[in-house]
Amino acid sequence: MKLIIAIIQPDRLESVKQELYKQEVYLITVNEVLGHGRQMGVTEVYRGVKEMGNLLRKIRLEIAVNEDFAEKTISAIIKGAQTGETGDGKIFVLDLAECVRIRTEERGGVAIG
Amino acid sequence: MKRFFVTLLLVCFLGMPALALHALAQDAPSVAGGAVREGAAPSAPAAQAPLKADTGDTAWLIVATALVMLMTPGLAFFYGGMVGRKNVLGILMQCFTILCLISVQWVLYGYSLSFAPGKGFWGSLEWAGLKGVGFAPYADYAATIPHQLFMVFQMMFAIITPALIIGAFAERMKFSAFVVFMVLWATFVYDPVCHWVWGVGGWLKELGALDFAGGTVVHINAGIAALMTAIFIGKRKGAAGKAILPHNLPFTILGTALLWFGWFGFNAGSSLGANDIAVNAFIVTNTAAAAAGLTWALIDWIFNKKPTMLGMATGAVAGLVAITPAAGFVSALSAIAIGVLVSVLCYFVVAYIKPKLGYDDALDVFGVHCVGGIWGAVATGLFASKAVNPAGADGLFFGNPKQLLVQVIAVAATAAYSFAASFIIYKAIDLVMKVRVKEKDEIVGLDLTQHHENAYTVLE
Repeated sequence: MKLIIAIIQPDRLESVKQELYKQEVYLITVNEVLGHGRQMGVTEVYRGVKEMGNLLRKIRLEIAVNEDFAEKTISAIIKGAQTGETGDGKIFVLDLAECVRIRTEERGGVAIG
Repeated sequence: MKRFFVTLLLVCFLGMPALALHALAQDAPSVAGGAVREGAAPSAPAAQAPLKADTGDTAWLIVATALVMLMTPGLAFFYGGMVGRKNVLGILMQCFTILCLISVQWVLYGYSLSFAPGKGFWGSLEWAGLKGVGFAPYADYAATIPHQLFMVFQMMFAIITPALIIGAFAERMKFSAFVVFMVLWATFVYDPVCHWVWGVGGWLKELGALDFAGGTVVHINAGIAALMTAIFIGKRKGAAGKAILPHNLPFTILGTALLWFGWFGFNAGSSLGANDIAVNAFIVTNTAAAAAGLTWALIDWIFNKKPTMLGMATGAVAGLVAITPAAGFVSALSAIAIGVLVSVLCYFVVAYIKPKLGYDDALDVFGVHCVGGIWGAVATGLFASKAVNPAGADGLFFGNPKQLLVQVIAVAATAAYSFAASFIIYKAIDLVMKVRVKEKDEIVGLDLTQHHENAYTVLE
């Protein structure tokens, strides 16, 4: 089992979701987060005082999948989120030790899907 | 350094005419002011008695003016709640910009173009800089309140009208282009249309068109301009096939409440006095808004399974729009009919016609204000009754079919002129400076890209 964490641009969320649905990946968790990589944010001004390098809004997705879904999920996220510009985001893939469905107490691969 | 000079140039551009007009206007107000002071002092009776302002009427109109002013910030929250949170400051900023901009424009030349006695099309520049607009009442407009009070009351209408258009091009118009558009629109569309309907010598006024508080001048006028901008600026990114969710509906409800509250000044103030007509306007305004709010919620309940807060608020605003031209001429029972029907009509346009035609009128300015305004103007021709207002006219239902025809002419002329003139202004600006923001800016949001500010922080 893998846990896939992706940081993407907020406006790409809709197209990433559509790509994931095409691969029959429906179970996702979405967070709004702040951060910046090479973009270094936008300068804001409040009553003439400049705020440099403010953090930018990003979307963080968490998707837990079985091994055979991992590559499909990764390519779906890339397909939905890639624009070719700085700030498109990153995908992190982690090994997942266990997964329990609370309702039934099922464990492992069955609990994920 | 370059920026400093640009700023200096701008200040000169705005400030110089003000100074020049001030020099010209020096005599007139002092004469009028003197007259009022003489009138107020019991020991020195005025030689030639000028019209005297009524204290009750004056007091009510001062309050009504303040009420109408509050509608523009109210509208800002009404619209601001409905856009994405990356664009809410953009909406508030646009509403406040119009509040500041038109306040100055109206004093410099807007009032004169609209109301100074002139030809059928436009007023004149006779009253530019408020030259000759004194404290003594001007009988052709309002015989019992100071002329300057009438001027400032009308100023608030001139402010809210262009502000209504903002909802159509929300979330995608460049701020600089917006400012230029609004100055030109106020000058070449609002001021003439206002003169036609309300100004001495205006051709629709001569024709006998009834527009109590601005259904034609304000709502149809702004609604048509809104439709035009929505069509030509194009859809919002992300609007295709799905709704862009309102980011803060409680803001929208707060805005609706402020609009409703302010509308008492708008309609009941348009009687230009503290009298029976004002009371009637107050009652029918409240009644129509309530009937329309209920109706929209009921339609939601029937067609979408649940009554919605946004639906009820939208209905209430549609009801307020529809009763505006009729407020001084119809009874409370007619107001219920007007309110119920406006929600049915507007719902139909917003929910069925708009998706079919595919224009992206972001916050339904056309669907609510123009359609509601047209219905209100026509309804005035149907329901108007001399029993309510002897100075008005009877409508179709009270035996005068001609009034309906006059109302339809007024609607058609306003709509046609507003569409054409707004289109020319829009295209001219688009040629020079591009009206729409860059795609990247639209994605990041207008708050950050147009104003370098964020409405909400995520941390702290």
